[in-house]
Amino acid sequence: MARSDVQLMLDVKAGDEQSFALLLQRYRSPLVNFLYRMVRNREQAEDLAQEVFIRVYRARAEYVPSAKFTTWLFRIATNLALNSLRDTRHQRMDISLDAPLSADAESGDERTLDVADKHPDIEQHLVEEARKAMIKHAIDKLPEKQRAAVLLHKYQELDYGEIAKILSCSESALKSLLFRAYETLRVELAPLVTGAK
Amino acid sequence: MSCSRIEKQMMPYVDGRLKLSEQQQMEAHLAACAACRVRVNEFRAVSGLLDELPQIEPSGAFDARVRALVAAEPVKQSWWAVFAPSPRAAFAASLLLLATIWIGSRPSNMNMTNGGVNGTTAQSIDPNDLPVLENYDILANFEPLTELPQPVQGDEPDDSDNNQSM
Repeated sequence: MARSDVQLMLDVKAGDEQSFALLLQRYRSPLVNFLYRMVRNREQAEDLAQEVFIRVYRARAEYVPSAKFTTWLFRIATNLALNSLRDTRHQRMDISLDAPLSADAESGDERTLDVADKHPDIEQHLVEEARKAMIKHAIDKLPEKQRAAVLLHKYQELDYGEIAKILSCSESALKSLLFRAYETLRVELAPLVTGAK
Repeated sequence: MSCSRIEKQMMPYVDGRLKLSEQQQMEAHLAACAACRVRVNEFRAVSGLLDELPQIEPSGAFDARVRALVAAEPVKQSWWAVFAPSPRAAFAASLLLLATIWIGSRPSNMNMTNGGVNGTTAQSIDPNDLPVLENYDILANFEPLTELPQPVQGDEPDDSDNNQSM
């Protein structure tokens, strides 16, 4: 039977390095994905995820399982992401909806639009890419705290209490935050939403 | 119930996380309010769209970098760890203690002999038994010592016997 996150962390506290490797294996992908969608830069997301793991490791001696491990982990990640966004705010540029699909180069999926028409499904592929870029852009445009709420709610599937603790707000405030975020997304993604219904 | 009061319950309703009573209230409102009904449907559609975004995988070097950072972390010891005995120190302390006990329990001719030289029974000791003979003549002719009171005669045989038996 797999050991719980809390048990693994307590084992790390007791000096078991292998348990830390298991936590790393369990949460590296969720953390990198969360941070990538927060900061919109893969390299920076990985650097921040490493920082999260190091902070967890450094705090092992003082670890007390007073809350769920994921709450603690994503709270560190969210704070790091928000701080990083504030630090680099002046460096960021808004991506236009009219930007070519190669704007997603940071994800490693750089493509050009003037590809020779070798494949019969290339048009369909480009439509799908444009759709993903639009969704991604809509998420990127959300205010930082709303974005964090949506990402934690949608992709990490954390419960409302946990997300509220991570974002240091009440559950009621979180529900309002999510409502406002989904309202914005509903408007931004109207062309896709009406087609999806 | 007004639309504004239902707002906070809308995402929990879409998620299916409302209590039964709250869910019934919401459904009663939706049955009467077309705008909220549309909104709920579109929230569901947005949620479905968010599922379309692909997951990314951390780069191959990610784990190695984290392990390297962890390995570079200084070993953290608590303040009390200073008092925790290390195996080597404990072994050395045990050896020292055993040596002390062994030396302390050993019969000590030398101590008794030295005590005789410095004590009041100096004249009753055979000079040949003294380990450092070069000092005997000096001590024997040292005038202040001749002025010391003579030892009690009754104790001498016992001491001599003790010395001889040892």
